[in-house]
Amino acid sequence: MACISPDGKPTESGTKMLRTVNSGHGSPEEIAKEAGLPIFRVRSGLRELTQAGLVIQKEDRYNLTEKGAELAK
Amino acid sequence: MEEVKEQVISLPRLSEPAPAFEAPTTHGVLKLEDFKGSWLILFSHPADFTPVCTTEFIAFAEIYPELQKRGVELLGLSVDSVSSHIAWVRNVEEKTGVKVPFPVIADLSKEVSLAYGMIHPGQSKTETVRCVFIIDPNQIIRTILYYPLTTGRNMQEILRIIDALQTTDEHKVATPANWKPGDMVVVPPPNTQEMAEERLKQGYECVDWYLCKKKL
Repeated sequence: MACISPDGKPTESGTKMLRTVNSGHGSPEEIAKEAGLPIFRVRSGLRELTQAGLVIQKEDRYNLTEKGAELAK
Repeated sequence: MEEVKEQVISLPRLSEPAPAFEAPTTHGVLKLEDFKGSWLILFSHPADFTPVCTTEFIAFAEIYPELQKRGVELLGLSVDSVSSHIAWVRNVEEKTGVKVPFPVIADLSKEVSLAYGMIHPGQSKTETVRCVFIIDPNQIIRTILYYPLTTGRNMQEILRIIDALQTTDEHKVATPANWKPGDMVVVPPPNTQEMAEERLKQGYECVDWYLCKKKL
């Protein structure tokens, strides 16, 4: 996985995405722009972060879970 | 023989939706829909750690900044594992200094290769030939190129096609033979006799009513 390491911790790009979500950017387009990542990486990364329980999707926006917020620090 | 028939049936066509996929890549699991809103060049190469493919990967990496300026992403593919892809792109960087910035699909199951008609048994029963699929932001196939195993692709032609497609979309025109950005473009041919007569009065550069060019 690109955003989650085999040990379950977010990678550099995963952490970058979590911090971008933490700063109030919730749509994949906003996250891509703020984090300087291609939109395809953000969409696939958000899938992984969701599966790992670090973000939750509400309509077309993403928010951090408690666990995600802890890792975004 | 049955295998060949299946592959021919699955060949995609221009102006049709690109076949959906979900595949492991060097950048994680990617779906076609992840690229929605961007242009995408999906290209296959026969195998990692082979000479012509290595020259092509270097060349694709070199045009990547130009593609990005045009809103285009690159996605490679071969019937190799993610580990093989990672080892190869790391080797390319170590030996040539060129970093491969785009993801590469590890299509060991051949699901994507078969959906896109990338395996031509006359060339190889196990490797993909050198295919290029240009897919637009609505995920419609706009161009298909096939090159044999022995012929490396021309990156300038791929850039030229992107420029031509984007010019056509923006200005509703066609592009003539050997067109390049800045050259005159072809005005769509008239549909009626009245339009044909009017066409000659519109100040275009016309050979005759059916072949008129203009500057953008």
